This record gives sequence, C-alpha cells and structure tokens, in this order.
Amino acid sequence: MNSDYINLALADDDEDDRLFFTEAFEELKVRSNVSLFKDGIELMNYLDDSNNAIPNLLFLDLNMPKKSGLECLKEIKASQRFKDMAIAIYSTSASEEDIENTFVIGANVYIKKPNDFEKLKKVLSEVVTTNWQYHTSGLNKENFLLRL
Amino acid sequence: MKLLLKFDFTKVCNAVLEQRLEAHQLKYQQTAFGEIELLDKVSEEKLDTFYNDINDFGIDVVKDPKKIVIQKIKDVIVDMVFNEKDINVKTSVYLAEKLNENYSYLSNLFSEVTYTSIENFIILQKIEYTKILLTKEELSLTEIAFKLNYSSVAHLSRQFKNTTGITPSAFQRIIAKRKQIN
Repeated sequence: MNSDYINLALADDDEDDRLFFTEAFEELKVRSNVSLFKDGIELMNYLDDSNNAIPNLLFLDLNMPKKSGLECLKEIKASQRFKDMAIAIYSTSASEEDIENTFVIGANVYIKKPNDFEKLKKVLSEVVTTNWQYHTSGLNKENFLLRL
Repeated sequence: MKLLLKFDFTKVCNAVLEQRLEAHQLKYQQTAFGEIELLDKVSEEKLDTFYNDINDFGIDVVKDPKKIVIQKIKDVIVDMVFNEKDINVKTSVYLAEKLNENYSYLSNLFSEVTYTSIENFIILQKIEYTKILLTKEELSLTEIAFKLNYSSVAHLSRQFKNTTGITPSAFQRIIAKRKQIN
C-alpha cells in the first residue's frame, strides 16, 4: 500500500488550467505521475483501455465540451473497474444542490476552483494529501468526502 | 437480497493472517497486532510465496525501519480512536510512552513520511470513526461526541466541517441518497 508516488489524472478542456494544475502538482510534497486529457472522450478512452494503469485520483472539470464531467463521473461510477479511484470534481460555480448532487452521484471531492495560483496549490495539496491518507492507511474510500 | 455488513477490522485481519499462515504451514507467535514472530527458519523462496499470497488480501510486510515506526504510530492511534480508549494524558505523552520514543522524534518522522501531522491524522481518524458511527450505527452526533470525548457536540460538528468541508447532516444525507440509487 505504501507507494512512493501517486498516479494522478486531469481532464480539462482549458490549456491554461491544465498547465496551472500540472505546475501545482509538481510543487506538492507527494510525488506524482500526471496524465492529462483535453476532454471527456479522451479521458474515457484512456480509462477504458485495460492496458493503462488506473489513476489513484482523477481531477475532472465539470464543464467540458463533447462529454461533460458529470457524464464521465456517471460512466466511471457505473463500472466496478474504477472502484478504488478517487474522483475530484471542480467547477468555477455551482449551486448547493448541484454540489450535493455531485457527491450523491459518487464524487469524493468537490472543489470550487480558486482564481489564484497560490490558493489552487493549497487546495490541491489538501486534496492529494487527504487522498494519500486514504490510500496508505486502509481507510474506506467510500467515506472519503471533501469539499473545498 | 441486500445485506448490510459491519466489520471488526482487527478480527478480520487476524483471521485472514492466521488462515494464510496455516495454509503455508508457518509456525508463528503473534506478539502484537500486526506483529508476528516466525518460529522456524524459512527459506527466502517460501517467504516470498507467503508475502505474495498475503499481498492479495491487502496485507503488506513493512521492511523500512522508518515505515515500521510510522505503522506503529498509526496502529496506536487507530486503536485509541476506534477502541474508544479513555486516555487521561495528552496524546503526545501517550504516544511517547507507548512507543518508548521522544515525541518530537515521532512527530517529525511522521510528518516526513506521511506528509501530514500526527495531530491531523488523529483528527482524520476521529472523523472517520464518526462517519461510521453516523451511518452504520445510526448514533446521534451528541452520542458520538460523548463517546469520543469531545468537549461538546458543537466542537465535533465544527471539527467535522473543518475536516471535510461539509456538515455531519449533509454527510448523512449524501450517504443515504447514494444508497437509494444503488
């Protein structure tokens, strides 16, 4: 259970956001391998390919063209294959109802996307570190709920 | 037919371990939770087969000396929280005594290896236990606060929200709704 690094995946159609997230991940204490996807279809193709390692933690932008974050979430939760993968959904804005609904559908983490880089780093650090505790201490991932 | 199960983790872990040790015909003595002494000399090959076997059940052998200490710290904390031990001293004193080490050594090592502090880890365990008590045992937050020695319900509620970002009632609501759709 104690690996030295974590496998992260990120799906976001915005190139700048992909860059910010990648930079933020690089500065974390936990070492990570990051796979990037431009949209939901690219993501699902990667995940559905059994040759690819399943990420420990997936960051999913809610608003994406072609296939939305919510559609991806539903597809992922429908498959037993991804039961150990934690999912963090993020969005710039959503109603309380939508946020709660995202958790109900199966997201572990909901992030309100911060505007500045330092805040983003702090948020990502908390998500990855908390996920790391679940990963290394045998905690029940089904109870892993975090809202930032 | 749906069955809702509750797990006594210590019992489950020990049962699996015992079963696998016997399957590999290894004579052993259990010295503590997560600690066994193999009584006979065993070949590297036989050990590797055994390690691979228990690995399938999610059991890993800890070899790194730093990680051994970390695991011990975690075990003491989990035991303290989940077995509702009434500790009359500060946790730092309790841990130092239990592990026979200087607390700042334990604290620094823990942060270095786990990327979080002992204090945070303890809070995380308490909140995890709270979640289980809320959903599986259906205890009220007041009952849980009392069980886990919180100074008040408000204190537990606040810590729950600080740790997870959601309130205990929102958590219960979400888990209940999840069960409905599955």
